[in-house]
Amino acid sequence: MKDISFNIDGRTCTAEKGLNLIEAAKQNGIFIPTLCHFKQQNPLGSCRVCTVKLNGRAIAGCTINIEEGMDIEVNTTELLDTRKAILEMMFVEGNHFCPSCEKSGDCQMQNLGYETGIRFTRFPHLFVERFIDAKSERIIINQNRCIKCKRCFEEVKTSDGYSVFNFINKGNKTIVSVDYEQEAKLSESQAEYAMNICPTGAILVKGKSLSKPFGSRTFDQGIKGKTIPFNKINKNSSNGQKKRVATTSLAGCFGCHMSMLDIDLGLLDLIEVVQFDKSPITDIKKFSKRCDIGIIEGGCSNTHNFEVLRAFRENCDILVSVGECAIWGGLPALRNTIPLEDCLKEAYLDSLTSEENETIIPNHEDIPKILNKVYSNHEIVKIDYHIPGCPPNSNHIWNVIKNILFEEEYAIAYPEFKYD
Amino acid sequence: MNRTDLLNELWEFQNKYGYIPNSAINEIAQSLKISTLEVKGVISFYHFFHSKPTGKYIIYLNNSIISELKGFQQIKAAFEKETGCTFNEYSQNSLFSLFETSCIGLNDQEPAALINFQPFTNLTVKKVKKIILDLKNGVNPKDISSNVISKIQYTPTIDKTVFFRDYKTGNALVNLNKKNRNEILEIISKAKLAGRGGAFFPTAKKWQYCKESTSEKKYIVCNADEGEPGTFKDKSLLNNMPGLIIEGMVIAAYATGAENGFIYLRAEYKYLLEKLKSTIKEFHQNGYLGNNICGIKNFSFNIEIQLGAGSYVCGEEKALIESLEGKRGEPRIQKHFPTESGYLGYSTVVNNVETFAKAARIIELGSNFITAIGTKNSKGTKLVSISGDVAKPGVYEIEWGTTVKQLLKLCEALSPYYIQISGPSGECINNTEFDRKICEEDLICGGSIMVFNRFRSVLQIQENFMKFFKTESCGVCTPCRAGNQILYEKVKKFKRGLCTQKDLDEIQEWGKIIKLSSRCGLGKSSPNSLIMAIDKFNDYFSLKISPASENNHIEFDMENAIQEYDSIINDTQF
Repeated sequence: MKDISFNIDGRTCTAEKGLNLIEAAKQNGIFIPTLCHFKQQNPLGSCRVCTVKLNGRAIAGCTINIEEGMDIEVNTTELLDTRKAILEMMFVEGNHFCPSCEKSGDCQMQNLGYETGIRFTRFPHLFVERFIDAKSERIIINQNRCIKCKRCFEEVKTSDGYSVFNFINKGNKTIVSVDYEQEAKLSESQAEYAMNICPTGAILVKGKSLSKPFGSRTFDQGIKGKTIPFNKINKNSSNGQKKRVATTSLAGCFGCHMSMLDIDLGLLDLIEVVQFDKSPITDIKKFSKRCDIGIIEGGCSNTHNFEVLRAFRENCDILVSVGECAIWGGLPALRNTIPLEDCLKEAYLDSLTSEENETIIPNHEDIPKILNKVYSNHEIVKIDYHIPGCPPNSNHIWNVIKNILFEEEYAIAYPEFKYD
Repeated sequence: MNRTDLLNELWEFQNKYGYIPNSAINEIAQSLKISTLEVKGVISFYHFFHSKPTGKYIIYLNNSIISELKGFQQIKAAFEKETGCTFNEYSQNSLFSLFETSCIGLNDQEPAALINFQPFTNLTVKKVKKIILDLKNGVNPKDISSNVISKIQYTPTIDKTVFFRDYKTGNALVNLNKKNRNEILEIISKAKLAGRGGAFFPTAKKWQYCKESTSEKKYIVCNADEGEPGTFKDKSLLNNMPGLIIEGMVIAAYATGAENGFIYLRAEYKYLLEKLKSTIKEFHQNGYLGNNICGIKNFSFNIEIQLGAGSYVCGEEKALIESLEGKRGEPRIQKHFPTESGYLGYSTVVNNVETFAKAARIIELGSNFITAIGTKNSKGTKLVSISGDVAKPGVYEIEWGTTVKQLLKLCEALSPYYIQISGPSGECINNTEFDRKICEEDLICGGSIMVFNRFRSVLQIQENFMKFFKTESCGVCTPCRAGNQILYEKVKKFKRGLCTQKDLDEIQEWGKIIKLSSRCGLGKSSPNSLIMAIDKFNDYFSLKISPASENNHIEFDMENAIQEYDSIINDTQF
């Protein structure tokens, strides 16, 4: 086949005629993100992350075969934002708890989240209850994480040609299901192949999902030995005026606060330019003065969290949500798909440590009321910045906060971006 | 058994047992050499197939917006009360099963339901009581079902009527042998016939592509899966002059060289099946179907009827073809026109019922007759189905170029305020736009016109539409599957009074993203109506939004957030 030339974002590219656009772009050094496109299989066009414009018309890039003179837009502001939005839709549609996911670090969807710079989702999380099917011999399907890309349908068949995975239902109730009978026919390596081609952690193989240690996985990408630098403070930047900082932990585990303390000796530099106000670190309970910045860990799970958050908004110029829980509920939001009644019963009536025949759920007017679900902070007040991570790296937190406080330049490097 | 027979096979079990038992699924899977999951995938895609036992009488109550406004809730409650069953649940009741369903093409006679696919219209609580009592006494639903003939409320003067004029079998076909294939295409092209399903793709061009295709076999498919809420104009053609549609298909077959055809009939119109079948038989007897049609040597054409099974998206031609092949109705990617690679990979022409009927009339009456009617770009007449707050709901044959105002007068609309043109996926207009003309140049209309008066809630309309799209999305692509769900949540938030200007802006932005990136026409058009409504009913929406909050707080419904906790505590503290 002869090479033909085509245009991507005004740049002339060449590739073999009829080649899939994703591959053709790659050969010309242009990256088009995809989640469903896989090798040479029939284009699926299901995830839509590769949306590009062909001669002005939006289309899934993976469904294009290159022809002479095609004019393709890939990295325009509109398309970059569209791709990011589609990924965000995936995050809010499923229940993607990266910190507790076996595939974290090897997850292509998570990687694209980092690539596209998703710090928080513009859409509210839907928190639909989804089940985990572990009835098969080897394969576990975790519906919370499935993005319905159809890769497994096309790529995983039994040796005698039967499909193992397929859709069930339609509309927003569509799920990927596994055929137990056919699944049993798969060889060990076929099952593992299914797990590996899944772009998220939706398909797992029992006993095989944690073979690679966290931290050294494909997308962890921390260049060995290289840590995130602690950016020294330019002492003149404070103009002698100490910046006031308040912090709090709402429905969180204090892990983000621990991470903040992890800047170690940096703390000595810090106290020269920063004055802590209301914070668990100082144990100051009430705002004594208006603060420049409020750092919030954890989401809103009860009425007290709500009041504290509103007070922070009223008393701080800038609010920063730190960590997954603050940004979208995080691990406490695991309860969002379970009825509140079941949660309370499990905690107070049916737990191993509760008295037999206990019927009273502790309550008193002084005890905060539990909200129907865990809310992200930006559903309650305006949040100015979001720092994802569980917890975010200490130096990373500091570098970002410092940048905000002293209006300094700071570019976030890929390995600093983490959801787990 | 072939894969293409799967839907028919499933229908057989569904009709026989009221559901498709596991044993049947295994049997089918074995004979097709596919996994049982694949069969289950098909069953669960179509909502008239059940995998759990149902009662002797399956009642499908329409939940479209017009039904909602005409008393859906009361009728639903009445059915539940009389039968003792709950909607959308499988119960032990051996007599009744109740389900909600999307528009069943009876919008002019709402609230309406199908009982074992027999129509029951203009339901009242009293009527429901009587129906259920009769059924309990063993009366056959067919004997007490309603007359579904949608009233043809208006036709232009006889020199301008195209569809609803006298019809005699074969009128369009008698002179077919005097014209060659190119002449047929020329006449169709001259009359500017464009796809009447709503996409308005030039029909002559489509047929030309198929004619030129070197495909070994060719197929003509009549899309009688009229699922767009508020549309029932195809039903009136199928009911009143099924022959005209078949003649159109024969003409298409002649022009393209196709030998086989399908009518994909939505299951909601199952009561028209017999009529269609007998018309086809009649055509065979008259030599208009079969071999050497109209005495044209080597021109043979046969038509089969495929019954759908309850899926809006199957009205999309690429999804319809998948469904014809016995698969889940997921639209194929937009790579090839069906005329290049359609049914089983062969060149396929898919046209709407009205398109075929019009094609037949064009050949019968000549293109000059047609081009004398209408506007510059839209020639002839258009069938529209009008429902909602009008005194005369029904089917109207209007000349292209008729204004909305004229139309509203014809149907005796009562203080019209919000008009939905072409169904939920079309566009809405407000009362400043009533001078707009229905034609390609101005306001294109696929056939559904829903009129709402000023006492109706725009939000309720939008909520109904978004709910419809989120359930009827095929579920394959992210923007449509997740996006419509997100927009639905937003509308609900609106109804709770928690939205600000920011939410209005977000709906516009998010809608654009869904439209831009969805895989097929469903997602590309689903946010249309909501986006437009915000633009065109600005006054309405600005009354619904809360002013931007001071202190950078976001509207929050604390009462709702703690209500669950309070009631649990109340119920458990003794």
